Amino acid sequence: MSAVIEAAGLGKRYRRKWALTDCTLSVPAGHVVGLVGPNGAGKTTLLSLAVGLLAPDAGTIEVLGGRPGAGPAQLARVGFLAQDAPVYAGLSVADHLKLGARLNPGWDAGLARARVDRLDLDLGQKAGTLSGGQRAQLALTLAVAKHPELLVLDEPVASLDPLARREFLQDLMEAVAEQELSVVLSSHLVADLERVCDYLIVLVASRVRVAGPVDELLAAHHLLSGPRRDPDTLPDGVEVISASHTDVQTTLLVRTSGPVLDPAWTMSEVGLEDLVLAYMSQAAGRRRRDNRHLEVRK
Amino acid sequence: MIEFHLDARSGVAPYRQLIHQVRHALRLGLLREGDQLPKVKDVVAGLAINPNTVLKAYRELEYEGLAAARPGVGTFVTGTLDGGSLAAHGPLRRDLARWLARARRAGLDDESIEALFASTFRSASEEDIA
Repeated sequence: MSAVIEAAGLGKRYRRKWALTDCTLSVPAGHVVGLVGPNGAGKTTLLSLAVGLLAPDAGTIEVLGGRPGAGPAQLARVGFLAQDAPVYAGLSVADHLKLGARLNPGWDAGLARARVDRLDLDLGQKAGTLSGGQRAQLALTLAVAKHPELLVLDEPVASLDPLARREFLQDLMEAVAEQELSVVLSSHLVADLERVCDYLIVLVASRVRVAGPVDELLAAHHLLSGPRRDPDTLPDGVEVISASHTDVQTTLLVRTSGPVLDPAWTMSEVGLEDLVLAYMSQAAGRRRRDNRHLEVRK
Repeated sequence: MIEFHLDARSGVAPYRQLIHQVRHALRLGLLREGDQLPKVKDVVAGLAINPNTVLKAYRELEYEGLAAARPGVGTFVTGTLDGGSLAAHGPLRRDLARWLARARRAGLDDESIEALFASTFRSASEEDIA
């Protein structure tokens, strides 16, 4: 199956600061991809490059086999929901549907109308007076009704209350089941991603730390605990992602292809949240260490 | 028709939870041969989970011979897990209820009852193997 996003050495710079560096990714079609990372990690930059709102300063990116934003045909294949679900405050719900119909060649008026009815949105109401949840649902309606092959969502649920968040994700998953579209969505709410995503990309400090199908990632990572010892004594092929020590015990989160056969370690499974946090703290620890080196040099 | 639920804190993969709930319903006779399993679209819309998760669970049930997909219609139960023992459930349940009442009269709390059951169950299975 072809890739929805194929990036090689991709980078983006704002003035002198790199917001994304050396990003190499191949995301297969048919997945709901979760893009996680702390604020300022480069998530929005990566998504903006994928939909063609930004042009890369290094490397290449292809989306559905084409250059992002290359022309009307490419634009029609990708739906994008920017952060905070922007709508036109002065236009009514009906105006938004009219706009969607005029601007999108593949517009499905029946689907848009059915969604608006089901959501109980008042066609005459100005979008600026809708609640946060309704605004997000209206924006999702516009993005889904253009029948994209790939739907890109930047922090779609971050500003919603728990009920609106659940309803939004229910609707999104229903659209995925009905239309067989691929989805890439960014979030820092790992609990939501755990239900919704089957492919994960962890982005920290402008770099991709890990990417892959959730099942494979969970199968390849383990928690080891045992008497205190130096993690460097582990066999080859075991990569330590995070380590914590007490005076008698060592706990490691490791990535390994096979089982660790040393009886001194107790091996257990890790959850998605622990896995994500381990990669985030790994990057944070590395940054702290780098800073220390700088201080020593001074 | 059964309705699925998810326990986010259990640490069990969502697709395994779905499989477990179908097997559980088959054991208790809530699902019988020919019954339809919830439509993928409905499960997804109800639980806000990835459609692939539901498809994976249904595929696994097909592989186990417990369900079969009819394209365009849905997935249906084709096997049973009660082993023809459903008729025995009633009397066994009554015995168990009597035993539980005795355990409570003897002063056991929930945790002690569970521990006693689990340890007796384990040693009985070990004797079977030996």
